[in-house]
Amino acid sequence: MAETVNGIAFWCLAAATLGGALAMMSTRNVMHAAFWLLEVMAASAGLFLLLSAEYLAMVQLMVYAGAVSVLLLFVIMLTLRRREDAERPLDASLGVAALAALLLGAILMGVSRFSAPEVEMPAEAPGVEEFGRVLFTDWALPFEVASVVLLVALVGAVWWARGGDGR
Amino acid sequence: MTVGLGHFLVLAAALFCVGLYGALSKRSSVMVLMSLELMANAVNINLVALSRFVTPADMTGQVFAVFSMVVSAAEIGLGLALVLAIYRATRSAELVKLDRLRG
Repeated sequence: MAETVNGIAFWCLAAATLGGALAMMSTRNVMHAAFWLLEVMAASAGLFLLLSAEYLAMVQLMVYAGAVSVLLLFVIMLTLRRREDAERPLDASLGVAALAALLLGAILMGVSRFSAPEVEMPAEAPGVEEFGRVLFTDWALPFEVASVVLLVALVGAVWWARGGDGR
Repeated sequence: MTVGLGHFLVLAAALFCVGLYGALSKRSSVMVLMSLELMANAVNINLVALSRFVTPADMTGQVFAVFSMVVSAAEIGLGLALVLAIYRATRSAELVKLDRLRG
């Protein structure tokens, strides 16, 4: 027995993510771009929910919508001297756009050859309990390494942001 | 029309390419970091979609997406600290101003 993704929800979330990403690229204001990024991340959390990855959806909301977007807004406001500095030229580049379109075409060609038979979704999907069990048994060592990575990044970010060398 | 794995892969590919465009064309360092986050997010969507459709019982893709999120959170934290350090040194967060190593 196969299950399907809710079509309407998928198309709404896909439009939200892709539209938000395009709006982020096309807005002139850096603050607006940061808020569009927040919207994209929230819509991606919805996509994770559709894929029955509830834990990842929550982590996405807390880490990206919570922490990262606040950090981004702080840094934007700290590096702007006047309010008008938030408005920037669009930095449009035809060459880079052509490169990105070329890559998109190549990926789409690969996807169309690869994923044709996988339309049906397997019915059973383990829940958060199973995910936690797997994460803390099979992946316990990588999990601890990841926390060390976060600790090192935390210390490094503090050291860098206050100027380094105890200044 | 049923939504399958291909739809998620196409969506993630489009997101990745939008992020790539931003990372290569924007001149504000904060915008480049945000575009990198967009690309990492597209990769996470790919991982979770493949995990759900191909091996839902193992959840390897989901675990991998968690570690990918950890690394990209560390990256954005360090990147923003670096932006602040650069801003303190040069009074600017523009990437085009950082050309002191140009020969």
